[in-house]
Amino acid sequence: MTKTRDREVWKSLRGIPEIYQNKVPPMDALRVFDIMAKARALEERLRKISKTEHGYFWVGGTGEEAFNVPLGLLVQKGQGPAFDYLHLHYRSGAILTAMGMPMIDAVRQMCSRATDRFSGGRNFVHHYSIPAWNVVPVSSTIETQYTMAPGTALAQKRFGGTGITIVNGGDAGTSEGDFATCLNWSSIPGRELPVLILVVNNQWGISTPFSEIRGEQTAIQRCGSYGIRWETVDGNDPTASWNALSAAIAYVRDTRKPFGLEAAVSRLHGHSSSSGGARVDEPDCFEAFKGQLIEQGTASEDQLETIYIGHEDEARKAFETVVREPLPTPDTIYDHIFAEENSWQP
Amino acid sequence: MATIAQAIRLALHVGETRLGVTDILGEDVGPPLGGVFTVTQGLKTAWNSPLDERGIIGTAMGLALAGQRCVAEIQFCDYVFNTIDLLKLAGSSHWSSMGQFVLPMVVMTPVGAGIHGSLYHSHSFDSMMTHIPGWKVVLPSTARDCYGLMISAIRDPNPVMFLYPKALVRAQGKDKIPGEPDNPRTLSKMIDAPLGDRSSWIPNWPVLPDFSIPIGTANILKSGCDLTVVTYGRHAPLCHSIANKLGDEGISAEVIDLRSLYPYDWETIASSVRKTRRFLQVNEDGAITNFGEHLIRRITEELFYELEAPPKLVAARAIPGIGLAWPLEQATVPQPDDVEQAIRELANLSA
Repeated sequence: MTKTRDREVWKSLRGIPEIYQNKVPPMDALRVFDIMAKARALEERLRKISKTEHGYFWVGGTGEEAFNVPLGLLVQKGQGPAFDYLHLHYRSGAILTAMGMPMIDAVRQMCSRATDRFSGGRNFVHHYSIPAWNVVPVSSTIETQYTMAPGTALAQKRFGGTGITIVNGGDAGTSEGDFATCLNWSSIPGRELPVLILVVNNQWGISTPFSEIRGEQTAIQRCGSYGIRWETVDGNDPTASWNALSAAIAYVRDTRKPFGLEAAVSRLHGHSSSSGGARVDEPDCFEAFKGQLIEQGTASEDQLETIYIGHEDEARKAFETVVREPLPTPDTIYDHIFAEENSWQP
Repeated sequence: MATIAQAIRLALHVGETRLGVTDILGEDVGPPLGGVFTVTQGLKTAWNSPLDERGIIGTAMGLALAGQRCVAEIQFCDYVFNTIDLLKLAGSSHWSSMGQFVLPMVVMTPVGAGIHGSLYHSHSFDSMMTHIPGWKVVLPSTARDCYGLMISAIRDPNPVMFLYPKALVRAQGKDKIPGEPDNPRTLSKMIDAPLGDRSSWIPNWPVLPDFSIPIGTANILKSGCDLTVVTYGRHAPLCHSIANKLGDEGISAEVIDLRSLYPYDWETIASSVRKTRRFLQVNEDGAITNFGEHLIRRITEELFYELEAPPKLVAARAIPGIGLAWPLEQATVPQPDDVEQAIRELANLSA
């Protein structure tokens, strides 16, 4: 039997239903600023390390903090299908910082130390693996995370509860068919999956502007073709991001259906250290939010600067600790090729 | 005895009823078809996916990461090539996460020529797949081995690529799977879906005792002392048959069905080569950068002074595809005459 959808429904797919917008909890602006400062201080330190003999390559999310920090704070954190699964990419440092990742963990991976809890010195910085938080291994292969998201979401839908799958990636990668895979598999009629499909659009794919190779205004509008609700948000505005993410997450938790959200963000240091990592002239969400808090009288410039300096100090101390730690030894290359026979039981 | 299609189906039934399999997914694997080769008929966890190989592999990875147990099918191995980076990712996730994540998942796909399959239904995948570390790779040739290795694949905590020879999928095995009825017709009536409307059909599964074949173990199909023939998949019964024929002429070939390509049973291979001092590898993948070349390299490095003749490979011609016309396919993939000639030559060669 051929199934068709009501075209009338498709017309109204943009936007988050009011019922979920009305439930958005208030954002603790100072807390968000504090974590944004921490994420920024960490990223600055990591980038600097890439210019020393202690690190090889930096790629990160400087400029995405206003979107990523609220996201990290809204995650239902834990292990297993009752909690949120995160399929992230390599610009997600602020998400992990907001979830509680100690700075030194990222520094260890940046310096490829044996103590690197994510990969034991095997992978680039921001390539996390955290089973306790359902953060599945981050890969340099952009967009592959979008093909895996329906799998964890299917397990969650089967499990029940309120856990959802959150998949995050850049705009350039949405050219890959994997993005369409996520939209398709998440929206099969009657078998919709609880996936929050995020795109952080910095308008760049390494050196190629979005406008040069894409006819769409946004990547996320493709959701409409699959019957998935979607919205865009100013990802440089933490309050707007908090509100949009809160409502979108509530929608997915409640309906057990997918939702697409695209955030317009900046990329303040280019693609990675491969292009020099120099600062570029784009709106800086951190400085803008700082100015906003001062203007609103929430905090003084000195207070906010003190917060940042404190995090800078922590990042420096983490680096000083990490450089004294050992590199992985050559004899470990054969470790963990295969899991032990008893590591999985039905 | 059961066919390969029935054997895999029986193993999947055991998987979903006793081993925790939650999902059997792929194009056309669910009702009403139950797979283009019928290997998933009547299974309660089989469901039809979108026609999207990357989605099939990616979703299987996500299911595995979330503690589910799945068997994903790629309808023909010819269509798995666009998932290579996902296969690499599945194979590297345990390693890259320092053992923190496991991906217990099985991908099954039919391989090889022999069904007039032309360019995109005749591929082999053994050489390519054994280049992707972190996966276990099996390619059994009999119904009993397919059953036993599928059970082991499902139980394994690692990603396992289960390749099976499509040309033999309906061939009845000689050895019984423990628990299968004595009469093949009885089994067929029990578990083969009827033609036509099958919406109310329910299979009647036989009671199957615990039985499996460990991954990494080869099977000596025929003992011999003049040369060792290591093969797998479609060419295992072929080599066995030719070795039996040549045995009547006084050429004593030992034939080993490797069954598992990674890890493979080096002990059995090495022990046989030490005895026969001659080595032939037969498979139907392309001859350049072929898995058999790896075995020959290792034999040359580790057993060079045991050899009395140069090791030999019989594999498919390294050309862009397998042509549809029967003479073209015959000229491309190893035929009985090619194997027979290679055995004769090797048996008569001296170092």
